[in-house]
Amino acid sequence: MAKGFDIRRQTGFSTIAMACFVVLYLPIILLVVYSFNAGTSIAIWEGFSWRWYQTAWQNDQVQAATIRSLVIAAWAAGIATICAVLAALATTRQGSFRGYTFAFALINQPLMVPEIVTAVALLIFFAMIKVGTGYTGLFYLIIAHSAFCIPFAYMPIRARLQGMDLSLEQAAMDLYATPWQVFRRVTLPQLWPGILAGAMLAFVISLDDVVITEFVKSAGQDTLPTYMLGQLRRVVTPEVNAISTALLAISVILVIAFFFLSRTRK
Amino acid sequence: MIEIDTVSKVFTGRGAPFTALDEVSVTIRENEFFTLLGPSGCGKTTLLRVIAGFIAPTSGTLTLEGQNLVSLPPYRRPVNTVFQSYALFPHMTVAQNIAFGLEMLNKPRAEVKATVDEMLALVRMTEMAGRKTSEISGGQQQRVALARALAPRPKVLLLDEPLSALDFKLRKDMQLELKRLQSETGITFVFVTHDQEEALTMSDRIAVMNAGKIRQIGGPRDIYDHPAERFVADFIGDTNFLAVELLSVEGDQARVRLASGAEAQVRAPQDGMAPGSVTLAVRPEHASPGPVEGATLAGALENIVYFGTDTHFHVMLDDGTRFVLRQQNQPDQAQTHRTGDRVGVILSPGVGQVLRD
Ligand SMILES: Nc1ncnc2c1ncn2[C@@H]1O[C@H](COP(=O)(O)OP(=O)(O)OP(=O)(O)O)[C@@H](O)[C@H]1O
Ligand SMILES: [Mg+2]
Repeated sequence: MAKGFDIRRQTGFSTIAMACFVVLYLPIILLVVYSFNAGTSIAIWEGFSWRWYQTAWQNDQVQAATIRSLVIAAWAAGIATICAVLAALATTRQGSFRGYTFAFALINQPLMVPEIVTAVALLIFFAMIKVGTGYTGLFYLIIAHSAFCIPFAYMPIRARLQGMDLSLEQAAMDLYATPWQVFRRVTLPQLWPGILAGAMLAFVISLDDVVITEFVKSAGQDTLPTYMLGQLRRVVTPEVNAISTALLAISVILVIAFFFLSRTRK
Repeated sequence: MIEIDTVSKVFTGRGAPFTALDEVSVTIRENEFFTLLGPSGCGKTTLLRVIAGFIAPTSGTLTLEGQNLVSLPPYRRPVNTVFQSYALFPHMTVAQNIAFGLEMLNKPRAEVKATVDEMLALVRMTEMAGRKTSEISGGQQQRVALARALAPRPKVLLLDEPLSALDFKLRKDMQLELKRLQSETGITFVFVTHDQEEALTMSDRIAVMNAGKIRQIGGPRDIYDHPAERFVADFIGDTNFLAVELLSVEGDQARVRLASGAEAQVRAPQDGMAPGSVTLAVRPEHASPGPVEGATLAGALENIVYFGTDTHFHVMLDDGTRFVLRQQNQPDQAQTHRTGDRVGVILSPGVGQVLRD
């Protein structure tokens, strides 16, 4: 091949690349390392220990927040994924219809509106409902999380649907499959990798959310991230590092799992 | 059996409206091997998709055994398609693909299994029943596509250029196999191709299409020997076109005067024609080179091309038209003509067809 433009040969490329990697990953590496600190400081190394993991594990508040986070993330991912599948089907299989661009913008709205605006809006809206109904349970959080997770679930599902061969669905229809059977027997089996990717993405996004949760939650409804934020205002111990590392581990495992799932499909 | 009556399809996309089918009318008979033949973009696939139900005609009617098809969705039409791209389900095995249509029709399990086995045997794919469709060759995929479409025993099978992706040898085999399947199953085949040789060898009847219109319908011999118009004569086989004067018409016989002044007895279109200047089509194999004296036409021999089974002579006629003759080769044949010679062109009696433009 002729000598074309190769970014790797530009002067300063490796320096900038290294700087980026350091800025991105050094803090994370430090966070993980200090989660194993035997001492109570997050900056002075005093030897290796599992101490903070045990502390976090036995901390009732952490336990409750973890379970709450997982419950919310599971519900939100489920609801968001179902909505995303329906939205993706409508925007890829219906041809263009009136208001197509508008529907598209509507689905992706949570990506464009500043999160703090959504948070305040939800706060006010839910406050009105709370006054009206008296219900103060977890469902406000689940609904809020579902809403902002939809675009994240929507993207991989829509990409998968667009990449799919339309003639397969026509072939199924030609072989006497009703629209529902076409979806069940042909579209859905091929859509699975996209649905899984969307659900996992939604799950991780929900697990990680602070701003909207902070505004919408009622008293005693801390999720793991908001609990940690609360802790940081007080004494900071490597317990926070341990929790963060555990969260990191969950997302890494999800990403790896998805990677293998999508690979075996090919 | 299938009655297509003045069916039109106008695509109205972003650009100007485009007429892909222009008042197409044709009746396809029971158990017929019917071929749609025409150049790329002439509307063959569009017509097939109208019959299958993926495209709604803009106007016209479509009935199958008297039943109106237009209002039925594709999954209610007793019609199956072999898609140009095969469109096999990648997440199913060969056997599951073939069983799909039967399962959708809620056939009992035992019947599904029996039919799938029968179909696998029919297309000689029994050993590959358990394979994924990505694990078989292109020709095998094509056979599976065929078996899948045949399994529910449709009344009509639509085939959209099913052989176009195959190499020459496999293509010849599959052509024979398709004919065999058609006579064994008794199903009506509507076959799309833009390969004229394929159409001539396989079809009971051929519809030649151009620019959204059917130009001529007839058996392979009709179409080849008696093309109705210039497009058909040009599209099917090689043809010489001569400007002639039509003197008189009697039934399907006509007398014409050629540019050389000689007169000849030729065929006229069935629906008659007024005398005047017309075009005469002559197939290369219906004329032979000979002495100039007494020949119908004469000219300079420009080129001799040897093809093994036959030889082509390119003659520049005196009036400036080029004429190609084809002569079958005999063993130990003496080469009597040389490039540059003046030769006569002798038309076999009664051949040649006067064309409508
Ligand atoms: N959805 C569509 N919108 C607009 N024009 C279309 C559409 N589908 C087909 N056409 C046009 O209609 C004409 C006929 O298309 P069709 O697919 O029937 O051709 P074909 O005879 O099958 O050609 P080929 O031999 O290349 O497959 C083409 O000119 C094509 O561009
Ligand atoms: Mg086509």
